[in-house]
Amino acid sequence: MNSGLLSLLPDRLAWHVVLSASALGLGLLIALPLGVLAARSPRLRWPALALAGLVQTIPSLALLALFYPLLLLLSNLAKGAFGHGFSALGFLPSLLALTLYSMLPILRNTVAGLTGVEPAIVEAARGVGMTDRQRLWRGELPLALPVIMAGVRTAAVWTIGAATLSTPVGQTSLGDYIFSGLQTENWAMVLTGCIGSAALAMAVDQLLGLVERGAERRDKRIWGAGLVGLTIGLVAAVAPLAADFAPHPSTYVIGAKNFSEQYILAELMADRLEGHGARVTRKINLGSAVAYRALAAGEIDAYVDYSGTLWANVLGRTDNPGRAAVLDGLRAELKRRDGVVLLAPLGFENAYALAMRRDKAQALGIRTLADLAAKAPDLTMGGDLEFFSRPEWANVERVYGLRFKAKRQFQPTFMYRALGSGEADVISAFSSDGRIAADGLVVLGDPKGALPPYDAVLLVSPSRANDAPLRKALAGLDGAITVEAMRAANLSVDRDDHKSSPTEAARALEKGLRTGQP
Amino acid sequence: MTDAIVLDQVSKTYDGAAVLQPTDLFIPQGQFVALVGGSGAGKTTLLKTINGLVALTAGRVRIDGAATADLDGPTLRRRIGYVFQEVGLFPHLTVAENIGVVPTLLGWEPARIAERTTELLALVDLPAALAARRPAALSGGQRQRVGVARALAARPSILLMDEPFGALDSVTRVALADDVRRLHDQLDLTTVMVTHDIAEAALLADRIVVMAGGKVIADDTPKTLLAGHADPAVEALMQAPRRQAARVREITGE
Ligand SMILES: Nc1ncnc2c1ncn2[C@@H]1O[C@H](COP(=O)(O)OP(=O)(O)OP(=O)(O)O)[C@@H](O)[C@H]1O
Ligand SMILES: [Mg+2]
Repeated sequence: MNSGLLSLLPDRLAWHVVLSASALGLGLLIALPLGVLAARSPRLRWPALALAGLVQTIPSLALLALFYPLLLLLSNLAKGAFGHGFSALGFLPSLLALTLYSMLPILRNTVAGLTGVEPAIVEAARGVGMTDRQRLWRGELPLALPVIMAGVRTAAVWTIGAATLSTPVGQTSLGDYIFSGLQTENWAMVLTGCIGSAALAMAVDQLLGLVERGAERRDKRIWGAGLVGLTIGLVAAVAPLAADFAPHPSTYVIGAKNFSEQYILAELMADRLEGHGARVTRKINLGSAVAYRALAAGEIDAYVDYSGTLWANVLGRTDNPGRAAVLDGLRAELKRRDGVVLLAPLGFENAYALAMRRDKAQALGIRTLADLAAKAPDLTMGGDLEFFSRPEWANVERVYGLRFKAKRQFQPTFMYRALGSGEADVISAFSSDGRIAADGLVVLGDPKGALPPYDAVLLVSPSRANDAPLRKALAGLDGAITVEAMRAANLSVDRDDHKSSPTEAARALEKGLRTGQP
Repeated sequence: MTDAIVLDQVSKTYDGAAVLQPTDLFIPQGQFVALVGGSGAGKTTLLKTINGLVALTAGRVRIDGAATADLDGPTLRRRIGYVFQEVGLFPHLTVAENIGVVPTLLGWEPARIAERTTELLALVDLPAALAARRPAALSGGQRQRVGVARALAARPSILLMDEPFGALDSVTRVALADDVRRLHDQLDLTTVMVTHDIAEAALLADRIVVMAGGKVIADDTPKTLLAGHADPAVEALMQAPRRQAARVREITGE
């Protein structure tokens, strides 16, 4: 495991802890009183438990993802009503989703614990003259405490685990290791995330267990030790973030989508900014559409996107007027619509391109998408997770009349594997991907120009449009990266042996730029 | 002499089923009343109407002249000692805390509560060393004694007991029963005790109230009831202690 991997650990762990602790705290604050009410009123009990159970059946990843558009809508409404909205990305959606997620075990166990108190004890509490409130605090809650605490412990473990899933909505967490590691097949990275969150969950569970045992035996030393342990852990873990809240010149937020090239370019930008003395935070593994909206909203300051993607997805265009026209159109239109600055094309293209194994393509006599159309009904098409829902695909399908036997979705990493193992015959590859050359693939020609050009372009948020330090740090990237250099960098991260981390690949790429320039 | 407890046409109905028929009962200050009758006769129900644990369907209850309907439940119950049929000690509290629960609710000073707890442990004949234990670590008899101590903690003038010696062996039972009668006299209490055991009722109480089917069917001194009663149901109940007494006389040859 290299030091580059662990250098981001304090920040990721800190956010993971802040996020899980806030969600659990909020979950307790809501579920505990709700549980008490539900235990008292059978009429409330059923709907409350059913609703919490329903939330639990939504996969946690989807739950997190659903909060983003919901909050975006609310933010826009707020903007309309009060003049300014709030961030729909990152902490807030993660917090809300995890809070909902943490509620069920607490709610269920509170109800079970309270309704499980022996009727004779309840009667005795009334008999000695306790009011309803006294009966709750002095009798029922202490007696239900072990059951309630078991629920809290379950909720804590779930929340810490599910917090790893907040990465795709732009919240830093230990999940960053898992998502990036999965993307680049860097298993050491995946393990770092898994072990980190598992160890955290276990530690918290043990300390909560200590609090529970102490409360049960009413031994101040035991539950005190548990609480002190939790507090020290919380403070120690969160300490690295204190610097983020201290006054400092300015923090730049660099975004990245969820593949190797994006990680490398984000690291390259971050490195340059840090070299100029700026503070940088990274929001990586953003969904493609999420990244642009986050930039327009000023939640991230800069990231790299591709002209064709913006052309089709942001501007909703299906025509293809040529490389220069697309770039000019974007520069003017993005500025006008969202105030987004297209700072510079980086000099290479990362196009969506359909690729096949060379031997198979030759055997079937396929060289272009037009050739493919005739054979497609016997072939399986593999796409990355968003490809089939993108307008470019709809356009290609329509222009060439493509009809496949089957369509399957893969993580990009596994997509290349699928081609090797024959689970897919054609895939949606990326032209700057090092694996095209390394795996001996052919990119199919596009004679009808159905796919737009995909020049990598550096985008800057409206609020940083005239930010001199940012412009200075990112100067000289204009046309500076060749497709060969980018492919080599991507391959160094994606290959199986002698893998580089994105940070290392970014440094190598940067060195190539420097020496490549006079 | 004033009546400490007055029931005036008190009745209780659960879902249309009359568990307690309209009942009048006057219990003078200082009296020890035993409430007897078969299972399901309504003894517990009647007892609970006195301290408001069971809401009345009709009628009214007066404690020391004041109608309980005008008092709030918790305040009333803190003034009346109650020993439960199932003891009902709080398992998460120590013996001392169980005994001190009503004084705590009444806001007594901790020092005064501690003093009172020690006093009560001695009063119910329990070693002071038990104070820190949980109820689970006590014998059945010890638990019953703690139950009695808890009921007496805030110096109530009325003590209600629902089969307080239910689950005890006969030796422990007799000893505890004697202690309860001693406490009744010593503390000048008005006591109502539910029991299945007619002999016990005859030995301890000043007056026996016999219930059947939610009604009081006899109400007199033990002596009068043992001498004979017109109601065959009451007669049947009184057979047991009479036969016991006769058999003891026979054995001892008196
Ligand atoms: N909460 C309740 N709801 C419905 N019926 C009840 C309720 N409590 C008591 N009863 C019924 O009222 C009747 C009298 O009950 P009560 O507990 O007063 O009897 P008891 O004389 O104390 O009997 P035991 O000697 O077995 O304790 C019984 O038939 C019982 O089933
Ligand atoms: Mg009873």
